[in-house]
Amino acid sequence: MHAIECVAATKYFYEKVKKKNTNSSGFFQRLNLKTTKKRLPAVDSITFDVPKGEIFGILGPNGSGKSTLIRMLATLILPDSGQLRIFDIDVVKEPMRVRRCINRVSVDAAFFKKLSTWENLSYAARLYGIAPKKAKSDAIKILKSMGFPEGKIDLSLEDLSRGMQQKVAIARALFTSPVLLLLDEPTTGLDPVSKRQVQEYILKVREKYDTTVLLTSHDLDEVERICDRVAIIDNGKFVACDTVKALKENISDNGNSRTLEDVFVELTGRNLLEDINE
Amino acid sequence: MNTIVTELKASMAFVSRNFNLIKRHAGWESVFLIYTIVNTLAIGFIGWGDPDKILYLIIGSLLWGFLSVLFHDVAEAVAWERWEGTIEYTFMAPIYRLTYLVGQCSFAVLYAIFRSIIIMALVALFFKISFVDANIMATLLLIIISSFSFLGMGLIGAVLPLLSPEKGAQATHIFQAVILLISGVYYEVTVLPSWLRPLSVISPGTYTLRAIRKALLENASLNELSSEIVTLILIGAFLIPFGLWVFHRAELHAKKTGKLKRSG
Repeated sequence: MHAIECVAATKYFYEKVKKKNTNSSGFFQRLNLKTTKKRLPAVDSITFDVPKGEIFGILGPNGSGKSTLIRMLATLILPDSGQLRIFDIDVVKEPMRVRRCINRVSVDAAFFKKLSTWENLSYAARLYGIAPKKAKSDAIKILKSMGFPEGKIDLSLEDLSRGMQQKVAIARALFTSPVLLLLDEPTTGLDPVSKRQVQEYILKVREKYDTTVLLTSHDLDEVERICDRVAIIDNGKFVACDTVKALKENISDNGNSRTLEDVFVELTGRNLLEDINE
Repeated sequence: MNTIVTELKASMAFVSRNFNLIKRHAGWESVFLIYTIVNTLAIGFIGWGDPDKILYLIIGSLLWGFLSVLFHDVAEAVAWERWEGTIEYTFMAPIYRLTYLVGQCSFAVLYAIFRSIIIMALVALFFKISFVDANIMATLLLIIISSFSFLGMGLIGAVLPLLSPEKGAQATHIFQAVILLISGVYYEVTVLPSWLRPLSVISPGTYTLRAIRKALLENASLNELSSEIVTLILIGAFLIPFGLWVFHRAELHAKKTGKLKRSG
């Protein structure tokens, strides 16, 4: 049994575009109220599986479908077609059972910003049926190991830096003891020290609890450092999926040492760093 | 049984979270409370010289304020969660949607009752209204019973911010405005044009106001209020599951179109 099984998962979104109106003239032509829907493939027939205990990375530029794929696995978006299973449980048919196994960290630390760290965490703890006392000691332990000062647990989230907020988001996901952790660019915007602390913690969690991790990232070093296997996603499709070593070996070599960035450029025809900066 | 206890405990997450949020905005909450008191006093003065008329108008104003808080809290909770981006985390938690709605609505009812009692007490002191010959217990019971119908409507209203985080919460005012128009908040429904009167028959506001006025102005017993109570229970029994169904449909739509997320 795999932690994740994804077969031909597809999701389209629709964008409103103004329809060219050739019949009307004058004022109505300028107003151009008629719209039509353009279908945009967000996730295009993706198939992959992740064995239990693996850290599986998805590398891709903005808008390539990484977050949509994670949201589908997190029961937050319904796929148009295909099958998604988590520990052999169908994500669409039995979302409640899936939710008991997973938790997710997104790129934006979504919290009630006026509430304190502890008030936000205690809210999450109650939703997951964790006793507040245990939740507090677990949360403090996790936060401390990522360099979060214990004294700041009663500060409003709005008074914490982006990095601190992201650490709280990671603690919120981890103290529910998920067997599958969905990490959607968890270290984007963190300083190098915080980034390293979070990466260390992810590795520690996998080692200690055999947690499966699905991680999306822009960060080539991060993916190379902590992922067992990596998929490269472009325009909603997986263009490659293998270990970093194998991916590097598979691309053409002109005598130069190959980097993961070379692999990305070779397979997608794009520069990941330029895409991120745009 | 275990599941019910677990879900009830989880629903308390929303009560405690909303309580904490109210605490954080205590200053603003006080401003809104003063606004409602001033509003109620202004409406009470319309009936100056006739204590029964003052009470008649105040009851209308209080129920209007009660409804406003109820609708606002239920709809605003969804709008706020979408704004902060936490709705994805709430909807990803292993709890039933009913638990979510029970938690949100329980807090809304408790807070609306708490506010209404404060306003009633202050306004009664101002106008020197005596409740010696009023059935207070029946009034409280009526507020609780009518809350179910209003919550059913609140659930339908909560769908709007689920579909549009920017404008949805404001759009829920249409529900309040319609109730204000058709339920006899400040006038008898008999003054409504004949084509509008059928709507007052299906509005829970009509029965709540009629029954509360009977209880406070005429000291009516529960027995004398039984027809209104039964009607309110029946409307609530229809509106709660209907509201849940509408919310479920809206959630499915949001999940199909990717509208739960705010960004990213």
